[in-house]
Amino acid sequence: MGEKLFMKGNEALAEGAIRAGCRFFAGYPITPQNEVPEYMSWRLPEAGGTFIQAESEVSAINMLYGASATGTRTMTSSSSPGISLKQEGISYCASAELPIFFANVVRGGPGLGNIAPSQGDYFQSTRGGGHGDYRVIVMAPKSVAEMANFPRLCYEMAFKYRIPAMILADGILGQMMEPLEFDFEPIDPATFELPKWALRGSGGAERRRVNSYDLRPSYMEKWNFRLEAKYQEIAANEIRYEATQIEDADIVLAAYGTSARICESALMLGRREGLKIGLVRPITVWPFPTQIFKDLSKRVKKFLVVEMSLGQFVEDVQLSINGKAEIYLHKRPAGAIPTGEEVLEITKKILSGDQTKLHSKP
Amino acid sequence: MEIVFQQTPGLTETPMRYCPGCGHGVVHRLVAEAYTELGMKEKTIGVAPVGCSVFADEYFNVDMIQGPHGRGPAIATGIKRCKPESLVFSYQGDGDLASIGMAETIHSAARSENITIIFINNAIYGMTGGQMAPTTLIGMKSTTSPHGRTVEANGYPIKMCELLAALDGPVYLERVSVDKPAAVVKAKRAIKRAFQYQIEKRGFTLVEILSQCPTDWGMMPLAALERVRKEMMPFFPLGIYKEPADSKAAVAEKE
Ligand SMILES: Cc1ncc(C[n+]2csc(CCOP(=O)(O)OP(=O)(O)O)c2C)c(N)n1
Ligand code: SF4
Repeated sequence: MGEKLFMKGNEALAEGAIRAGCRFFAGYPITPQNEVPEYMSWRLPEAGGTFIQAESEVSAINMLYGASATGTRTMTSSSSPGISLKQEGISYCASAELPIFFANVVRGGPGLGNIAPSQGDYFQSTRGGGHGDYRVIVMAPKSVAEMANFPRLCYEMAFKYRIPAMILADGILGQMMEPLEFDFEPIDPATFELPKWALRGSGGAERRRVNSYDLRPSYMEKWNFRLEAKYQEIAANEIRYEATQIEDADIVLAAYGTSARICESALMLGRREGLKIGLVRPITVWPFPTQIFKDLSKRVKKFLVVEMSLGQFVEDVQLSINGKAEIYLHKRPAGAIPTGEEVLEITKKILSGDQTKLHSKP
Repeated sequence: MEIVFQQTPGLTETPMRYCPGCGHGVVHRLVAEAYTELGMKEKTIGVAPVGCSVFADEYFNVDMIQGPHGRGPAIATGIKRCKPESLVFSYQGDGDLASIGMAETIHSAARSENITIIFINNAIYGMTGGQMAPTTLIGMKSTTSPHGRTVEANGYPIKMCELLAALDGPVYLERVSVDKPAAVVKAKRAIKRAFQYQIEKRGFTLVEILSQCPTDWGMMPLAALERVRKEMMPFFPLGIYKEPADSKAAVAEKE
């Protein structure tokens, strides 16, 4: 804490996880997140942890399934196609209530796509991602400092609620270098009490079971309702967002992660010209900060959603605003990155009333 | 009176759901007796697969985890690396281990993870109703090879012990059967040896057990045992495929 560092996003993410108590990492190379396993490979053993380069993403997530069942703070990271492969395992973790932590440094898709930054995995991240009814906690950093500090929050929520928690980043956040400070002291997991459910051998007491099945539909239904109650509790307690200059805004920009960063510069440029622009930036995209949008829509009649995907994030904004205001969308999918000037120009068009609703191509 | 046989405390009292004549139940008992007799019951963590033995987490009276189809070796790797003092085994069928989970099997063996795999080779997909497995014999009928497996259409069955023996990682590989009492005794000895090597931190061990699936083979239990002997054993020869040089000598001396 206090110490000023200058790091690449992916390395900050890895270091942040270790300082937050991560002691097991398994992953498989994929650009643009390779610095995470590379950093972990030397740094984690130094911290007394285990690094494994797995034979595949599928294997990596299942190593986490086992390792986190022992109560260990675990991490895996990947980028889009690799996260797709991990989804079966993440679904098992969600059902078995294992507190894994993982990061998706999103790249352009679909398919092999490209290695450029993108936000195309929003649906996959916020709707569960794999099979079955479940959610994972999703934090969307906008800076290297947040890449470094969010892992601790993810672990705290993951262990509190026994749920997978993830960081939804992108190639820009992973690759850029920025100054940062840790906002917490390094955590030594050896000081934690092992959770009751953690496998360790029965030790002569009652044995433990970690599983994700009940073939009796009525029991599995109860299991699902139990998970749902937990999701509701998380939605009630853990929503985070940042609202900038919304008090007098005529138009509110809505964006997360890198797009929010870009909107910040559009806001700054616009304010300099006297335009009343505000910004709402969800920090947790699941649970989604619905209420702030709902409240704002009572007064603000125009919203501009900016996302580096084809209209995924906008659906959550629409659900929140529920027809009470006009929503415009600026979308740059598959590795294209909007600029602040570009966003400002569209904002101006909307304010002057000549922008088509829910549609804008660069 | 002297007790010559009793239920092992290594198993729970939950009645097993396996079909009459199935090999799974016998092997469960052997695994449970092995960790119990080695004094490791309280330090054992088992991994149950997807397959007929998905319920193994109900039967083994130790800490258990059930995971995705084929990923047992990866799960066991994660557990063992975090809890190196525990005895970790992964119990798997042939579809689980040699088809969908082949990569996890080979790579955990190549890394010589200090885990034990109990591999039930019954030449069929039991749980899903008798489809062809990677170990289904040439000519053998299954619901997805209704006229019998052919080389032209389906290629050859995979011999896992032989395949793994080509790697440097495995420490101990043995193929056994449970088709008669003497074979059962031998199978237990193999499982115990594998656990012993794990306790000695030697590395990857796997015991392949030729097993019978009367239900999906469409056979009476005795005929199924006969098939294990007449059809499976010639193609999947029993024996030790890999063992540590020092213990080979020690075992020879004892016997
Ligand atoms: C990802 C996935 N694919 C397929 C299945 C369906 N499935 C369940 S059991 C099984 C086959 C199991 O056969 P085997 O491993 O030989 O074990 P046995 O039942 O014969 O003991 C399959 C394909 C599944 N549960 N998950
Ligand atoms: S289907 Fe076959 S493997 Fe499964 S329990 Fe029945 S006999 Fe055993």
